[in-house]
Amino acid sequence: MRLYAVVAAGGFRRHATYRMATAAGVFTNTVFGFIMAYVYVALWDERPQLGGYDTSQALTYVWLGQALLMTCSMMGGGFEDELMERIRTGDIAVDLYRPADLQLWWLAGDVGRAAFHLLGRGIVPMALGALAFDLALPSSPWTWLAFLVSVALGVVVSFAVRFLVALSAFWLMDGAGAMQVAWLMGLFFSGMLLPLNLFPGVLGEVARALPWSSLLQVPADVFLGKHQGWELLRAYAFQAGWAVALLGAGRLVQTVATRRVVVQGG
Amino acid sequence: MVADGLRAYGLIVAMWLRSTMAYRASFVMTTFGNFAVTAFDFVALMMMFSHIDALGGYSLPEIALLYGSAATAFGLADLTLGSMDRLGRRVRDGTLDILLVRPVPVLAQVAADRFALRRLGRVTQGLLVLGYALVSLDIAWTPLKVVMLPLMVLSGAAIFGAVFAAGAAFQFFAQDASEVQNSFTYGGTTLLQYPPTVFAKDLVRGVTFVVPLAFVSWLPALYVLGREYPLDLPRWVAFLPPVVAALCWVLAGLAWRAGLRAYRSTGS
Repeated sequence: MRLYAVVAAGGFRRHATYRMATAAGVFTNTVFGFIMAYVYVALWDERPQLGGYDTSQALTYVWLGQALLMTCSMMGGGFEDELMERIRTGDIAVDLYRPADLQLWWLAGDVGRAAFHLLGRGIVPMALGALAFDLALPSSPWTWLAFLVSVALGVVVSFAVRFLVALSAFWLMDGAGAMQVAWLMGLFFSGMLLPLNLFPGVLGEVARALPWSSLLQVPADVFLGKHQGWELLRAYAFQAGWAVALLGAGRLVQTVATRRVVVQGG
Repeated sequence: MVADGLRAYGLIVAMWLRSTMAYRASFVMTTFGNFAVTAFDFVALMMMFSHIDALGGYSLPEIALLYGSAATAFGLADLTLGSMDRLGRRVRDGTLDILLVRPVPVLAQVAADRFALRRLGRVTQGLLVLGYALVSLDIAWTPLKVVMLPLMVLSGAAIFGAVFAAGAAFQFFAQDASEVQNSFTYGGTTLLQYPPTVFAKDLVRGVTFVVPLAFVSWLPALYVLGREYPLDLPRWVAFLPPVVAALCWVLAGLAWRAGLRAYRSTGS
């Protein structure tokens, strides 16, 4: 357990070294936040209470999206490039000899990365958004805590998906295509482009049931107080269910893939 | 000098094309992905319009004209110069030195570096939305409006191209801040895909007079649509995009030269 804590701390520190890049990222998140916030104001002007949100809740949703974009890796940009490269070059063999579990090792590192991005690229855009617009920030500290739990679950789901995608490199020599598909799904079905409860009909139902809704839609609804009491537990169960299922699938693929490495030899 | 640069650009692009075509399946997939990611933007817009009839006073076909022209212009700039955002990495790891010792203009080498034909996906998507707009809109065409269409797409591409070049120049100073460039390029297209009536006056002023993105699509497209301009600008500003593009390139060129002159190698 201590080992993974160290790996997580390493993941945090590693991303914390890129100060200029973080500042630049905060700038970008803020610019996009402003653009989308104005669009949402126009949208909610036409249809107040659209999707069950009032205007300030919709604006809060926009800024949460910017704040969580990197934390939950909705557009990729986590460990997966590196893992894929290690699989492609064969360096993965070294990783497999380590006295650490492959999946847990990378999960720990990604949790550290996510924690850094939540602080480094989440707080400032959110604060600027709250200064410029009237946001629906929760008054109860419990809601903030419930939100953080939901974000943590979202990070694990996001990791589990990207781990599976990275492992596909064992079979597809060039995993860029698979990664791009995963990236597109994440962008579209997390609710980053538009809240999922604005998706029409069956598409909306499917989108809300897919794992990617754990990345933004669910944490945002927890933040906005849409899930309380048993509803909150249901939301957590949904996220945790996907996390367990996807981590399990990753574990299975990892076992199969590891055998493959042995067959290929050094 | 310019001819030299263009020739070198062409040669490097041809080299990258050959290497891209070595993995055809990957090329097809990534081109499709490039198409899809921008198409999702428009899908989101269409889903908005499943709840509303107008956004900021504009109908979906009208917004499609703004969107299509901005997306096509940006796509063309991204196709030809989009790789320039890799400059920061080259400054960081010292590989820019390799480009400096070659007897070829550095700008041409940086622009053609890892030329990615898959970016045609973005151009295609923009053209399709533009096509949809032209088919579904009822425009009172005049010769001037007809000329305006290709003029705005090409000048728009040139304006975005200048932003790419200026952004790359900025990376000589701030090596790992390529995301700042993204806010002007990607952020710029996102902004232009919605009508100006949606945004705060100060933001519109900023993208008209400071970073003149409004000339990419808003002003010429509003002329074609016959709608009111933002900020009470006079009618003739719709014809300024080529002038603005030229001005942007002069400034970007100066920034580039300043950046290149300030460059200190890592020494390793």
